[in-house]
Amino acid sequence: MSEKNSEGRDPKVVGTADNPVAGPEEVTKGELIAEGTGSASELASGPHAHLDRVLVPQAPTEGPVVTVRKGMWGPGHGSGDTSGFSGMTRIIEMPGTATPPFGGWFDDVADRVAELVPHFASRVMIWRGEITFVVLREKLLEVVKALRDDPALRFEVCMSVSGVHYPEMTGSELHAVYDLLSYTHNRRIRLEVTCPDGDAHIPSVVPVYPMANFHERETWDMFGIIFDGHPALTRILMPDDWVGHPQRKDYPLGGIPVEYKGAVVPPPDERRSYQA
Amino acid sequence: MSEQTKRSAGVPGSEDVFAVPGEPIADQAYLSSGADWDQIIESQRERADEIIVVNLGPQHPSTHGVMRLVLEMDGENVMSCRPGIGFLHTGIEKNSEYRTWTQGSTFFTRMNYVGGIHNEAAYSLAVDKLLDITDDIPRRGNQLRVLAMETNRIASHLTAVGANCLELGATSPQEVGLRERERILEFTEALTGLRMNNAYIRPGGVQNDMPDDGIDLLDELIKQLRINVPEIALFMLDNPIFKARTQHIGVLDLSTCMMLGMTGPVLRSTGYPWDLRKTQPYLGYDHYDFDVCTETSCDAYGRFKIRCDEMMQSLRILEQVRDELVESQGEPFRVQDPDLEWPSDLTVGADGQGNSNEHIKHIMGESMEALIHHFKKVTEGFKVPAGQVYVAIEGPAGELGAHLVSDGGTRPYRAHMRDPGFNHVQALPIMSEGAMLSDLLMALASIDPVMGGVDR
Repeated sequence: MSEKNSEGRDPKVVGTADNPVAGPEEVTKGELIAEGTGSASELASGPHAHLDRVLVPQAPTEGPVVTVRKGMWGPGHGSGDTSGFSGMTRIIEMPGTATPPFGGWFDDVADRVAELVPHFASRVMIWRGEITFVVLREKLLEVVKALRDDPALRFEVCMSVSGVHYPEMTGSELHAVYDLLSYTHNRRIRLEVTCPDGDAHIPSVVPVYPMANFHERETWDMFGIIFDGHPALTRILMPDDWVGHPQRKDYPLGGIPVEYKGAVVPPPDERRSYQA
Repeated sequence: MSEQTKRSAGVPGSEDVFAVPGEPIADQAYLSSGADWDQIIESQRERADEIIVVNLGPQHPSTHGVMRLVLEMDGENVMSCRPGIGFLHTGIEKNSEYRTWTQGSTFFTRMNYVGGIHNEAAYSLAVDKLLDITDDIPRRGNQLRVLAMETNRIASHLTAVGANCLELGATSPQEVGLRERERILEFTEALTGLRMNNAYIRPGGVQNDMPDDGIDLLDELIKQLRINVPEIALFMLDNPIFKARTQHIGVLDLSTCMMLGMTGPVLRSTGYPWDLRKTQPYLGYDHYDFDVCTETSCDAYGRFKIRCDEMMQSLRILEQVRDELVESQGEPFRVQDPDLEWPSDLTVGADGQGNSNEHIKHIMGESMEALIHHFKKVTEGFKVPAGQVYVAIEGPAGELGAHLVSDGGTRPYRAHMRDPGFNHVQALPIMSEGAMLSDLLMALASIDPVMGGVDR
């Protein structure tokens, strides 16, 4: 921390009124190398010698399946699918699963983390110019410590922790999503950690990122993910004695039917609607 | 009668209301609402050396809405401070999972209701990114977004500095703040149809174009704000009472700010010129000529001054946007894609804002396809490709981020807002423990939390 503090007192000026910086380092589409190119031997000889140690062995190359959607009918009960597409089945995958090299500064970050914490990611996703590392939960603390402290990485702040519940991803239903920002290098990356519903434990990053305190409490409150090592993991938005975790997909929205001029409008989660 | 029961007897409202029936009274509890303060002070006099737990809020006017601060007080000194939030939790994130992507703007604007247009903007920019249409938004659409956001930033800062002064007992700056904010809200009403909760910035652009007299109204607004907004700084910045109350109060240096994830005016009060409009530009902010305001005092005074200065910078941006809007008159203000463009042509009629007669005539009388299109877009919405993004903008109080996940459907799969106020409330203990109660309130005012955004 002492090195970080001394740097903190003499901040690196990133932009002034007279000389605004052009913008964050963005990896353009042209820079991104098509996935699948480049073998491990090629990687090892290049400037990024550790890229072949980013992913765990046998990392999947297809995207995780969010849901399998049948028909075009969304939530709502009481009437059948009248769209005429009830026989249609579509598999919805998360896009962007990539293998190294990733292109641009993504390789610099991935390479350096892999050097410090080998085989830390079970999947890397690049989509819309953003990179997501799906980090093994047992290596999360090591990874965030490296990301914060290493001069080549310097992700000083964990801006946001957000939970996502994917009930159809068996074995990894609950996701905690961390958005990190590096002031020094003006970069953003995202970490994602998954845990099964039956063992909803993820190590807390509060020892490394104190600002994640409230964010992790909210994620516990809303999704029931237990952040091990959090100093006071209590409910934050819901009342202390609340039962359940409201933003999980299996938690009902609630609401009552509303009568208006004789007609009854069901609550939003029970209305007839398309969900294409 | 036990010793403790005796102690709590005789003073109105001094029963231990927190004890369950049958439980012995733990300690003396006072409910100050309407109670006789003299009696409370008298009965507490002999225990003056003890630590008292004070519940500040949740309905205290100085807590910027419904926030509860559990304070351990040694006399006037705050020994520990524990913020309790969640009283204004409205479940917006959960609710938006049951509405179309377009309806999300209507929900998200209600989070931080003082700077609501910024919420819409963060959300809409995230949806644009999911759709990969960020570069397809017509320039007039982005100009109108900047116009709405910068007027809203001034309104939000006026509320922040006005409330800050009011908490010191200075009512005049708050009156100036309310007066000028009202001017901005009137302009916003002319532009968007509503004073607050606008839902003006939508995925793909904005809801409607400027009214015909929009440029004239904007000129008048800029002229008035140029004259009147500096009044607050003139009132306060050299005022010895104000200086004594805010200088060296709520100090957070740069490394502490980094540790706590502070952004916005709080971070810039340490001299670090981090403003996402400059460092990670969006909506073409890099084309506008404005300064990032910083101070080096790290305290409540510096943050107040930064807000005053930023209002003037926002006015500079507004003047540049005004010229651009004159130039782009008549150009489209929404993405030109029939699958995404909201089918409407809003105008103000005798009964308020609604679709224009021409649009109604077209869909009802001229084109059955247009009617079907209108019906499909309004009831079903548009599909957004599966994936997730995080988009951050510079809100009035700091980094306002939207984390959106789509499953390829017509509704968000998960929508999360990273509100700066939510993050900043964490810093209250470190800013106030060991200080006086009056300093705590200044520290609170200097981070400008809006509970609608904090609790969402």
